[in-house]
Amino acid sequence: EALVFNDPDFQHEDLNFLSRSQRYEQAIKKSSLMVLKLREYGITDPEEIYWFKSFVHRGRPEPLDLHLGMFLPTLLTQATPEQQDRFFMPAWNLEIIGTYAQTEMGHGTHIRALETTATYDPATQEFILNSPTVTSIKWWPGGLGKTSNHAIVLAQLYTQGQCKGLHAFIVPIRQLGTHEPLPGITVGDIGPKFGYDEMDNGYLKMDNFRIPRENMLMKYAQVEPDGTYVKPVSDKLTYGTMVFIRSLIVGDSARSLSRACTIAVRYSAVRHQSELKPGEPEPQILDYQTQQYKLFPLLATAYAFNFVGAYIKDTYHRISGDIHEGDLSELPELHALTAGLKAFTSWTANAGIEECRMACGGHGYSRCSGIPDIYVTFTPSCTYEGENTVMMLQTARFLVKSYNQVSSGQRVAGMVSYLNDLSRQRVQPQHVAARTETVRLNDPVSLVEAYKARAARLVEAAAKNLQAELNHRKSKEDAWNKTSVDLVRASEAHCHYVVVKLFTAKLPEISDAAVCAVLTELCLLYALYGISKNAGDFLQAGILTNAQITQVNQRVKELLAVIRPNAVALVDSFDFSDTHLGSVLGRYDGNVYENMFEWAKKSPLNKTEVHESFHKHLKPMQSKL
Amino acid sequence: AERTRLRRAVVSAIENDPTFSRDDQYFQSQNERYEAAVRKAVHVQKKMQEMGWSENGPESVYVYRALSGDVAFLLHRVFMRSISVLGSDKQVAKWIPLATEFQLIGSYAQTELGHGTYLQGLETTAVFDISTQEFILNTPTISAMKWWPGDMGRSATHTVVFAQLYIQGKCYGVHPFIVQIRSLQDHSLCPGVIAGDIGPKMNFEHIDNGYLMLQNVRIPRENMLNKFCEVQPDGTYLRRGSQQINYFTMTSIRISLISDEAILPLMKACTIAIRYSVVRRQSKLKPGEEEAKILDYQTQQEKLLPQLAAAYAFHFVNRYLQELFNRAYKEIRGRNFALLPELHAFSSGFKAMITQHCTSGVEICLRACGGHGYSLLSGLPSLYTKILASCIYEGENTILLLQTARFLMKCFAAASAGQPVPPSVTYLAAGKPGTCPARDKVDFLSPDVYTEAYQHAAVRLLSSTAAKLQDLIQSGAEKHEAWNQCTVQLVQAAKAHCQYITVKNFVETVEKLENKAGIQKIMKHLCDLFALHGIFSNAGAFLHAGYISGAQMDMVTASYLDLLAVIRKDAVPLVDAFDFTDKSLNSALGTYDGQVYQRLYEWAQKAPTNTQMSPAYEKYLKPLLHNKLSKL
Repeated sequence: EALVFNDPDFQHEDLNFLSRSQRYEQAIKKSSLMVLKLREYGITDPEEIYWFKSFVHRGRPEPLDLHLGMFLPTLLTQATPEQQDRFFMPAWNLEIIGTYAQTEMGHGTHIRALETTATYDPATQEFILNSPTVTSIKWWPGGLGKTSNHAIVLAQLYTQGQCKGLHAFIVPIRQLGTHEPLPGITVGDIGPKFGYDEMDNGYLKMDNFRIPRENMLMKYAQVEPDGTYVKPVSDKLTYGTMVFIRSLIVGDSARSLSRACTIAVRYSAVRHQSELKPGEPEPQILDYQTQQYKLFPLLATAYAFNFVGAYIKDTYHRISGDIHEGDLSELPELHALTAGLKAFTSWTANAGIEECRMACGGHGYSRCSGIPDIYVTFTPSCTYEGENTVMMLQTARFLVKSYNQVSSGQRVAGMVSYLNDLSRQRVQPQHVAARTETVRLNDPVSLVEAYKARAARLVEAAAKNLQAELNHRKSKEDAWNKTSVDLVRASEAHCHYVVVKLFTAKLPEISDAAVCAVLTELCLLYALYGISKNAGDFLQAGILTNAQITQVNQRVKELLAVIRPNAVALVDSFDFSDTHLGSVLGRYDGNVYENMFEWAKKSPLNKTEVHESFHKHLKPMQSKL
Repeated sequence: AERTRLRRAVVSAIENDPTFSRDDQYFQSQNERYEAAVRKAVHVQKKMQEMGWSENGPESVYVYRALSGDVAFLLHRVFMRSISVLGSDKQVAKWIPLATEFQLIGSYAQTELGHGTYLQGLETTAVFDISTQEFILNTPTISAMKWWPGDMGRSATHTVVFAQLYIQGKCYGVHPFIVQIRSLQDHSLCPGVIAGDIGPKMNFEHIDNGYLMLQNVRIPRENMLNKFCEVQPDGTYLRRGSQQINYFTMTSIRISLISDEAILPLMKACTIAIRYSVVRRQSKLKPGEEEAKILDYQTQQEKLLPQLAAAYAFHFVNRYLQELFNRAYKEIRGRNFALLPELHAFSSGFKAMITQHCTSGVEICLRACGGHGYSLLSGLPSLYTKILASCIYEGENTILLLQTARFLMKCFAAASAGQPVPPSVTYLAAGKPGTCPARDKVDFLSPDVYTEAYQHAAVRLLSSTAAKLQDLIQSGAEKHEAWNQCTVQLVQAAKAHCQYITVKNFVETVEKLENKAGIQKIMKHLCDLFALHGIFSNAGAFLHAGYISGAQMDMVTASYLDLLAVIRKDAVPLVDAFDFTDKSLNSALGTYDGQVYQRLYEWAQKAPTNTQMSPAYEKYLKPLLHNKLSKL
């Protein structure tokens, strides 16, 4: 970290004052420098590269992301040894800069509907690539607009007159040397976005563009010279990459929310407002219950998500080992779980970052707070790598499947094993069964049980509603659509349960008693706040009584006061440096106001004492009227 | 119909004038946006003169609607309004003509770097100097610097400064003063004045929100706005009327922003998202068929249609507020301040509830458009970044809700003691126990049933909070500490009150509608949807009150989900009815003709990143790409 922060080559003007084109240029400059420095320092370990990169770009996107994160790994996993010889080293040396072009203007998460075609021509042993419609133009890939000279393009393969589904092709798009687009290729930047200013997300249109047969990635599926198609062995393997990327997003949710919390909590300890006691000085706003109620549950959530992120990463590494040995049995559950948790954590973090920003009042809205930037960079993760609602429905599909297995007498394992208990409960009326054990509000383990019961109840309700729709002779698809709001709720309840469970499971692992006590309070706050916010579910299922909900609400408020003295320490322990945080409000030293003034003086509008608009527009108007 | 014709004429006159074009809006830098906004503001004055539209006429409302707020000098209007309300007749006669003629440009400087919604905490001082008959204004600390006022960073020549008034060492609280900050000749800063732009924000790039530091700036005694308070030449301080009048400008701004800054953006976002959702297709609902329009998915309906219903609900409640405001304004002119507390409480609460709801509504619309929603060309990011400021300016929402809660607690105490309360809150006294009578899901389509449920939830939250507050005080807690302990609940109670009034008002509005072309029926569906969505998404509060049972909650859910499919059919006409032109939406996704993809492609090609050669290639990429080639 110090290596980067102390390197004068990586210093630059505050990004908030730069135009989009300048920000792109800065990012490219830093990426190029970064590659040179990595070589200079001889850094080759992937983990170290990752950290170096994240310090250089301070956790911001950069134009080479897709090259490093998608192009190279895809070559490694999907290219034949011959193809690796041809492409990998040049790409590693950045003679080839690549991107990954999947999404089209009219097609996103449902990738089977992509329209780009690759038609095999045995006469010349080439594929002819086409973008047949406007909606089929590749749209969004990062680094495509201005940076890349190659792209891995996903297209529908046609050979011998038949469509064989989606396959990946390596397509050169710009002339090496001049960087001009090749004939038959139309490529450019898709214009300004909410955030990601430094990224040249691009479009790509291909008109009868020919590439040699050897440019199809053929480790699994193959097209032989005469056009014969050879099927891949298993298609489940592609799940692996998706699981990996979604698990990264869970980690990103945790980090982004932690950053926003750090800024908001520190600023709330600096800002004074109104009076609590008449005649006394204005108190820190962090002493107001309403402010604590906004921020502390988010702080608890940030901790919870950090644990969840670590868990998924570990599980992924563990299961990847199994996959290498050909054991795919755990993959479906992991796939379902990461889809749901990706959606659950990114939605929550997205809303949480906004809460933090609003908790900083007007100054949160200034770019100097740093939170607008965190928000616009984070918010697309609700959409990319699988739109969240679609993700929730994937998890729901797995939950319903598991429920049906249980109903037909089988047992299920893993995170859904609670569904096994449903069959036992069915003997007695449900409400009585669920209340066999009273929930202890001060015991996280007992709260896990409450969340478990809620998830079970909502999964069951959704599955039953689905069945009822089917009994009304609706088609399967119609019935699914008519139940989808219930299904999403069931998935959310499931994910919520998993998060509470993982947080609680972490507590006994903490050896330091004082730390453990503080984290137990946070865990309780997370769980109880969730109950308070979703009281309807718990009441309706008979898991908690009206009186208990009143106690939950009361306990949440007590915990706020308990956590208050440790709040600043809890965000300090996320250990973000001021440079990384990029926020005037969230400075470690708390000198907010002086630095805001200094920052504002650098604004582009302040470059001259009298703005040119005065001479151009204001003055003529005043003299005319 | 007459108003619609007029509005369309004005909108088309504005949109066909190339000076007002917003084509480049998404591609401009902060400096360019600011310059364009100033250019437009100047041109508006010319245009209005040419067309013979008056500043107070109905046309001017439509002009600003057509400009979508993308214009400078909006604070100039606040400057003028505060002078008309707070200034004496003499002051009005002096300043208003100058302002109208744009011989000066005004701003309104209240917020300070370290102080926002809490007016009494302001630190700027104005000390009266009897010997010269002047006020001496000072910014004593860095946190006392005026910070955020619009038009002040670069444009304004004058501003209304709020400062603590000191006469002969005694502080009389916050008062408004007219201060000149820039020269009328060359626009340079006046002596003792430091001012500039506060830097980039999430949006409002076209507005030069500014900072202002005053060092021994002297202004004549006549520059204190003195309709309600006056300092006489000998230093005697005179007060006329209620002190609350200072809040009146804020109240009137709050009410006017509800419509322009919250409801209109939500309507626009709904229009864009719903139109796009019938163009975009994704996956298949039935095997073998074409991919389905995403608006046919229940989950998509569940995101968008409640926002549409809310846009209508707030539109109607806003009219109700306008009427209340007009009544109160009339009485205040007659120096009768009786309605002011209620007006203040209502404008605060509704401002908070509506801006918050609309902000999250716009964000839901943004996210419902998938990846393309994230492109600035969709129009949604700028709607969002703009509307979310409304949750903070003119009073931070949490604090506003607490003000409403304070009023409600007072009324509740009065009602419990059998004293008279304003008509809008008489329900507090009439609170009857009991449970919801619904037996079937169709029962929840009866307005009486759900209005009653909302009323019940509001009363319960208020009464339980009042009881808790009482308990805490009786068990020895100090009053302010007890209040702080209850604030989370108080906020919920204030929201519940505003929601109840919104639902009630929606129901009453629907009842009064003529049933032309089935409009009343459609509005009834929307009203039902709005009410049931509120119960569905806040089930805990309703169940907790014990008024609605678990089984009834299942009925609510079923009824609510049924309504989505019903409203789906009318969704597109319902947004078309908002009657936004394509230009005012300025969205590649939300155009009337639905040519989404073609337009997205055309607009992207116009981006400067495509029309200008990228400097990064020659400077950085080329050496990088060629670095290895040479060594091979």
